[in-house]
Amino acid sequence: MDRTVAIDVSRLCKTYDSHNAVDELSFQVYAGEIFGLLGPNGAGKSTTLRTLITLLHPTSGTATIMGYDSVREADKVRAMIGYVPQERAIDRFLTGREHLQLLGALYHLTKEEATKRIGELLTLVELEAHADRPAKTYSGGMKRKLDIACGLLPDPKILFLDEPTLGLDVQSRLRIWEYVRMLKARGMTVVMTTNYLDEADQLCDRLAIIDGGKIKTMGSPAELKIALGGDIVALTLKEIDRMPALEADLKNRPAITSVRATTKGLDIRVESPEKALPTILESANRLGCSIEFIQYNRPRLDDVFIAHTGRAITESRPEAESA
Amino acid sequence: MEHYWQEISALTMRWVRRLSREKFSMLFTLVQPMLFWLIFFGNLFQRAADAQVMQAPNYISFLAAGVVVMTVLNNGLAGGVDLLFDKENGFLERLMSTPIHRTSVILSRFIFVMAITSMQVLVILGVSYLFGVHPATGILGVAMILLIGMMFGVGLTAISMAMAFSVKSHGDFFSVLGFLSLPMIFLSSALVPLTAMPGWMSFLAQFNPMTWAIDAVRPLILSGWSEALPHVGMVIVVMLVFDALCLYGGAKAFRRAMG
Ligand SMILES: Nc1ncnc2c1ncn2[C@@H]1O[C@H](COP(=O)(O)OP(=O)(O)O)[C@@H](O)[C@H]1O
Ligand SMILES: [Mg+2]
Repeated sequence: MDRTVAIDVSRLCKTYDSHNAVDELSFQVYAGEIFGLLGPNGAGKSTTLRTLITLLHPTSGTATIMGYDSVREADKVRAMIGYVPQERAIDRFLTGREHLQLLGALYHLTKEEATKRIGELLTLVELEAHADRPAKTYSGGMKRKLDIACGLLPDPKILFLDEPTLGLDVQSRLRIWEYVRMLKARGMTVVMTTNYLDEADQLCDRLAIIDGGKIKTMGSPAELKIALGGDIVALTLKEIDRMPALEADLKNRPAITSVRATTKGLDIRVESPEKALPTILESANRLGCSIEFIQYNRPRLDDVFIAHTGRAITESRPEAESA
Repeated sequence: MEHYWQEISALTMRWVRRLSREKFSMLFTLVQPMLFWLIFFGNLFQRAADAQVMQAPNYISFLAAGVVVMTVLNNGLAGGVDLLFDKENGFLERLMSTPIHRTSVILSRFIFVMAITSMQVLVILGVSYLFGVHPATGILGVAMILLIGMMFGVGLTAISMAMAFSVKSHGDFFSVLGFLSLPMIFLSSALVPLTAMPGWMSFLAQFNPMTWAIDAVRPLILSGWSEALPHVGMVIVVMLVFDALCLYGGAKAFRRAMG
């Protein structure tokens, strides 16, 4: 790769009272890409992001942003980045414009620079009409747009978005995806976290799947899916009592990579559907399993997630539950 | 330095704006101490209070100093509340992710709390004036009262902010606040002079910095410079120590919370 490295994270750890929120994380973000951290709640995404934006000091390891160390050269880093926190970090009593004016002063813009940029940003996020109303009158989507405008005010080299569409309606969500794509088109580097698989799939150039503070796998969505090796045939059976027999029978067949029981049937990973489908149907017939439904899928990011973490993103970690 | 000033004035402006948007709450904060303590309490106890014990022409004139210092106490102890909410809703994180000097937010809060408190103290002295309490030491005495108020207020605000940065939930914050403020008032010379208290209470009240502040403010209002000066000298020393301790603790809490 001859691409410019925008962020270099090396063996990053963050420990809270002997609990590793982030555990030996290493990755690089290239200039101009949308990089995603995908993981369930409590995976350590926000902690990682807060370290990159200099708000947390790593317990060990380092993070370098545009060549500057996140601890020793924090001020240089802060001047180059924009941050959109996970919570709606909005002051209910201030208007949208006042939010941006306050941040303009904190980024040391002159009055003229600030006024010009605030006007542009309000247009971009379509809040001009509401700019002079207190933020407590904003809808969730409008607050998020204001959040994003705040993150963009310094005209950052890198924009950090923590769960940018969490809890938003579908339209606001799509709108925010559009902004992110447009920012990338303008040459901005974007680092975002999400626990939505479709968001990671559609938006990110590369992503790291993170769980329990560790990176499980990393790559472009397409690479990750290909790496799983093969497509999936999902069977839904009429009765499930003969399912174990079918599962056993299908395992170790040449065209079949793996078989996994679900609640209603089997997920069968196949190398080529042309060869595997006859085998599956023959087997089912022979064992007297009547098939209600048969579905053939290219791997989705959900499958990548399950393959690398052993569970779906919506299921909680077994340890986390007992804790 | 220019940047520092730009940051602090913008952040201070934000506190002013917030207050001005909460008109009802502003009115309530300003009027409450006067209405409740000075006017109700002062008039209610007018006849019950013994002028001989109070060493004052009437109870309101005795109480004025107490109400001034109580206002400083309440404003100071509540001074961290807005930062607590900023911390909880992520606004503080947003502020701290910008390239501002790490102390700007805190300094803006000190400036704001001190300005509001001074205004309230002036209003209280104004209302007392209407009830016939004329400060014996004149304008200079009023300036001295403001200085003492600010010295006490800085330490209290530091405690409040330290708490805001350290507590796990805002429930904890308000419990501690409620637990601190009333005993501080009752175990001080705000409502009755130490000589009129039960022995154990007056003993404890001696260690309350509030008592020292009131004992300096009261002669500034009632007696005159010759009687006030020794107390003023003393309270300045006490407050320097108090502020140093509170600021040290506050700085530690801040550094722990902000990394
Ligand atoms: N300030 C903190 N003190 C103690 N534990 C924390 C703190 N912040 C985060 N954690 C823990 O670290 C883990 C990762 O949290 P976080 O980074 O917020 O996850 P995510 O953003 O992926 O949902 C969680 O188990 C969380 O409880
Ligand atoms: Mg998070």
